Amino acid sequence: MTHERTDFIAGMEPSAPDAPVRVDAMSEAPSAVRDVTPLGRPSVELQSVSAAYGQRLALDDVSLAVRPGSLLAVIGPNGAGKSTLLKLVAGLIKPVSGRISVLGDRPLGHAHEVAYLPQAEAVDWDFPVTVSEVVTMGRYGRLGLGRQPGPGDREIAARALATVGMADAEGVQIGALSGGQRRRVFLARALAAEPLIYLLDEPVTGVDARTQEDLMDVLEAEARAGKTVIASTHDLICAAQRFHEAAFLNRRLVAHGPANLVLDRQLLADTYGGHVLVLPDDGGRLILDDAHHHDDAPRGERHYHDDRR
Amino acid sequence: MTTLVALLTDPLAYGFMQRGLAAALIVGVVCAVIGVFVVLKGLAFIGDAVSHAAFPGLVVAYLLSAPLYIGGAVAAVATALLIGFVSRRGRLRFDTSVGVLFAGTFAFGVLLFSTIRNYVTDLLGYLLGNVLGISVADLVQVAVLGAIVLVIVLVLRKELLFATFDPLGAAASGLPVAALEYLLLALLGVTIVVSIQAVGIIMVVAMLVTPAATAQLLVVRFGRMIAVSIGIAAISAVIGLYVSFYLNLASGASIVLIETALFGAALSLGPKTGLFSRPALARRAAT
Repeated sequence: MTHERTDFIAGMEPSAPDAPVRVDAMSEAPSAVRDVTPLGRPSVELQSVSAAYGQRLALDDVSLAVRPGSLLAVIGPNGAGKSTLLKLVAGLIKPVSGRISVLGDRPLGHAHEVAYLPQAEAVDWDFPVTVSEVVTMGRYGRLGLGRQPGPGDREIAARALATVGMADAEGVQIGALSGGQRRRVFLARALAAEPLIYLLDEPVTGVDARTQEDLMDVLEAEARAGKTVIASTHDLICAAQRFHEAAFLNRRLVAHGPANLVLDRQLLADTYGGHVLVLPDDGGRLILDDAHHHDDAPRGERHYHDDRR
Repeated sequence: MTTLVALLTDPLAYGFMQRGLAAALIVGVVCAVIGVFVVLKGLAFIGDAVSHAAFPGLVVAYLLSAPLYIGGAVAAVATALLIGFVSRRGRLRFDTSVGVLFAGTFAFGVLLFSTIRNYVTDLLGYLLGNVLGISVADLVQVAVLGAIVLVIVLVLRKELLFATFDPLGAAASGLPVAALEYLLLALLGVTIVVSIQAVGIIMVVAMLVTPAATAQLLVVRFGRMIAVSIGIAAISAVIGLYVSFYLNLASGASIVLIETALFGAALSLGPKTGLFSRPALARRAAT
């Protein structure tokens, strides 16, 4: 199988357009959206938001509005600010400039209506907790300080575990699970929180195809029920096929529109620089976000994020 | 049989042995509980630093003729909170900052100590600990402070668990993770001061880390880890103290060495790491 690297852009200065491409008409609007914010206002809104770690700018002037019922994939190369965007909305870090509104309030203003799923690498898997203990943690935000979970909370946790197909694993220590099972359990924890907004940092990274389909089914159902789902991903095929919208991020917002924009070569080039592989396939093209590309870069290739350091 | 019972009951005829046993049990249990968080959050080095930082507090209190406990507690809690602050704001590697603070504060204590002209056994006792020398008044202080620490952990156990396991997820769900972290460091400071008279500044960290680490080798649930940690600490306190009594050995060191022996046993024979363990068993669990 031959594969054609989009090297035609590798030699060019990857030009992020000044104004992000905005495609507002969604290709398929989710049906029967239960609108939970008044008058169809965005549930999550960023206005000219910039964020930095020390001297390093992680996000540059990003404006983005996400409505209830959205199933939004945040895509972009490593270091593009995907995790930063999610942490900003979750209120875990503060922007250096700009405004962020979550459910019409500041981030953390309605913290118990928000479920945040950290990246798998951020979790200590040797920690002595069982699957059911992890899922029950989803209830803690709503319980308040010093109150212990009751039968109702355990019931909700058990139901969430069943939804992700892990009901049998209740008493298992999380470290004993496979990567896919761990993601299932953490999604169950998010479900148990019964949030209006899901902020998921790579929920389907490193999981098998079956798990990915199952988890996306669950997220799609939540979006259909009017929840806002924002997930970062490296899986462009998944973004194109299973999400409704996509936000293209490379420190700046390159574009935000229907998920099938992921198939747009020029947008990908603008977002990833030389970091995308396009594999010609029988039915069409297969596009891969070449996440580890710069670890073993061929000579002469440009690295978009290197240029900005 | 009667000789065995006598072996256990005879020492309790002595008031110092009764007080010592009570103090060793309280200190062991409080350290075992806080130690679970110390082990899971990787705070062992901080524990060591805070216990050494208590020394200048003790010396200053002695020089001012103030209660030694208060001086130690102020210094320990202040250092613990300072370390927490540095870890959140600092630019240096965390263990570097702690290393600087740790050595600096202890050196300050030694410097002050060297200015005292007459020989002070009281203060030297704090370096190596002597649980058998504890007074009734000190025992009451140990009991009250220990109870306060345990009640706070009991009330906030679910928050402390969530914030320890997944600080980001906990913060996003609205738990005051930063405040909980400072609280935990303050509790650590109090625990250390409570423990210093029993086992001494240098060995406090063993009381904190060893029972909890042993428990982690044996169980996979958070609640059980705390329970097993408490059990190990209590058994070690009793055995260590009797060994100390009959063989006329240092009490703190005896307790710590019993804990260390139990850790060695768990490491070499336990279900996770032991010679006869089958970790593969755990993996067959879910599908």
